[in-house]
Amino acid sequence: MTAVRISDDALALACGADAVAEAFEAAGCKVERVSSWGMQWLEPLVEFDGRGFARVETRHVKAILGEDVRQCIGRIEAHPFIARQRRLTFARAGKTRPLSLDDYIATGGWAGLTRARSLAPQDVIAEVVQSGLRGRGGAGFPAGIKWKTVAEAPGRRKYIVCNADEGDSGTFADRMLMEGDPFALIEGMAIAAHAVGADQGYIYVRSEYPHAIQKLNSALDLSAEIVAPFRVEVRVGAGAYVCGEETALLNSLEGKRGEVRAKPPLPALAGLFDKPTVVNNVLTLAAAPHILREGGSALYQSLGTGRSRGTMPIQLAGNIRYGGLCEVPFGITLKELVDEIGGGTVSGRPIKAVQVGGPLGAYIHPDQFDLPFDYEAYAAADALIGHGGIVVFDDTADMRAQARFAMQFCAAESCGKCTPCRIGAVRGVELIDRIGAGTRIADPVGALPQMHNAPKTARTCEEDIALLEDLCETMRFGSLCALGGFTPYPVLSALKNWPEEFE
Amino acid sequence: MSQGKRLAEIVAAHAHREGPLLPILHDVQAAFGCIDREAEATIALALNLSRAEVRGVVSFYHDFRVEADPRPEVQLCRAEACQARGVEALVPAAEAAAGDRVRLSTAYCLGLCSVGPNARVGDDLFARLDEAALVKLIEAA
Ligand code: SF4
Ligand code: FES
Repeated sequence: MTAVRISDDALALACGADAVAEAFEAAGCKVERVSSWGMQWLEPLVEFDGRGFARVETRHVKAILGEDVRQCIGRIEAHPFIARQRRLTFARAGKTRPLSLDDYIATGGWAGLTRARSLAPQDVIAEVVQSGLRGRGGAGFPAGIKWKTVAEAPGRRKYIVCNADEGDSGTFADRMLMEGDPFALIEGMAIAAHAVGADQGYIYVRSEYPHAIQKLNSALDLSAEIVAPFRVEVRVGAGAYVCGEETALLNSLEGKRGEVRAKPPLPALAGLFDKPTVVNNVLTLAAAPHILREGGSALYQSLGTGRSRGTMPIQLAGNIRYGGLCEVPFGITLKELVDEIGGGTVSGRPIKAVQVGGPLGAYIHPDQFDLPFDYEAYAAADALIGHGGIVVFDDTADMRAQARFAMQFCAAESCGKCTPCRIGAVRGVELIDRIGAGTRIADPVGALPQMHNAPKTARTCEEDIALLEDLCETMRFGSLCALGGFTPYPVLSALKNWPEEFE
Repeated sequence: MSQGKRLAEIVAAHAHREGPLLPILHDVQAAFGCIDREAEATIALALNLSRAEVRGVVSFYHDFRVEADPRPEVQLCRAEACQARGVEALVPAAEAAAGDRVRLSTAYCLGLCSVGPNARVGDDLFARLDEAALVKLIEAA
């Protein structure tokens, strides 16, 4: 009897995968629940008899078993969406059962850890440095250098903290990895632990990801003996975007308000409970097993462009025809990503803007679609790669509303520690509203008769826009962390690329 | 079981952990639907914190509540990727369907950003919602 493979990834479930799996079982099939290939527009995607069947509903089951090929997309691995990718971190996606140790071992699982443990810690670090791996969470700091700092920091107790607080809209790679290949993350953490001399790790997962939390807990139970004496515990966040910032996350782990800490001291020297701590994103840690395998670091180093080495799991989301997970070497252009791989908008209307890097990322105009996916190139264009999320908008998008949303989001999620962010974001919303209202309102301070030095006339639209730009500068340079500091990116990029919408 | 006894059990279950406050608050919230004054006092005493410290943490995080709300909850994602797929157009109908009976709250991203608009009810997720599907979901909540 051939097994039918159906994903149990949260997105597949949201698209009805459980009911489809039950229907195949009721029809007498053996169903295997595997991770997702990441071809999300096709979910629930069913693999039967070596071929894929797309957007399957329970009513299709009988026909598929009866050799009806209407929903057949052929061999999944040969599908153009998959064929043009270079999957390292997501090499197992779609192929293995997430909680099967057998599947994990059969696909090279624990090979990286075994080899790392046969090496001296400093040699492990040297390989990670040599691979060129940079933090996949957003800032892009070289992972090996961070590990080295922690390894060399004085103190006996050290921690590995995995930042799994994937709060950016348009991102889901962490979630997919935690649900689909949880052992890879655990193996990566164990490698980091060996490299720096830590015996305790924490995975801080956002509460919006209940399926990932469940899978991780089961995976930790199953692999406890393998990674011992290193121990890992899952901690659940409580709905605060700012806890994705590493120092806020540490405070939250300690049971405090998720307020950002001023740096220095670096978490590498004084992190969790003031002890030297590696804080890395899910994808950064999950890349470690590949790098530590025989020959892995050279392969990693050979892919990519400039100082951005290796592959990046890019997430195609929003109004896009072929949305999903696309892991490719750095250097790919936005045009290739959204037009060729993504197939344009799902609404069929022209693309107006693409927000890259989450709610704090810039809105990119189609004129800039040749920008290569590379940390430095984005920084030079006043944009950011962030966690690799790409959100496509069609021509119905209202860019002033998007700019306002960015300020509003910052106001709602600000930790409150610094004024440019806490107050500035609120003022930003007010200003954008005033620009949009079109009616010029006299300055309330100037309206008081005793304020004889204050301007008596209302600010013009140009003056309000200049004020907004000035406010953005203040937030950008005066904020303690990325929330206040990067909110100007979506606002200023909207203003710069679509000025007519602010008149 | 009395609330006091249940509270003591929850606190004891986490007392050995490093930084036990958040796991305790999650469990208390799950057991009682909120973290009220009594819970706040018990937790503060057990962890040797001031009540202000506990309250400060409770009020910081969006997941915690100080008063229980027995209504069923439907969380609708209204972050950028779902906006790009038209979630805002569904809001008026959703609000009308929810009325006072259902707590319609907002999530900022459920990690299903290519198949939105999306919603969450408990641990169940729902994708590709149109107005009819969302209204049905709310009415069934
Ligand atoms: S920028 Fe905002 S979120 Fe960051 S530390 Fe300042 S107030 Fe907190
Ligand atoms: S933006 Fe709605 S699920 Fe991500």
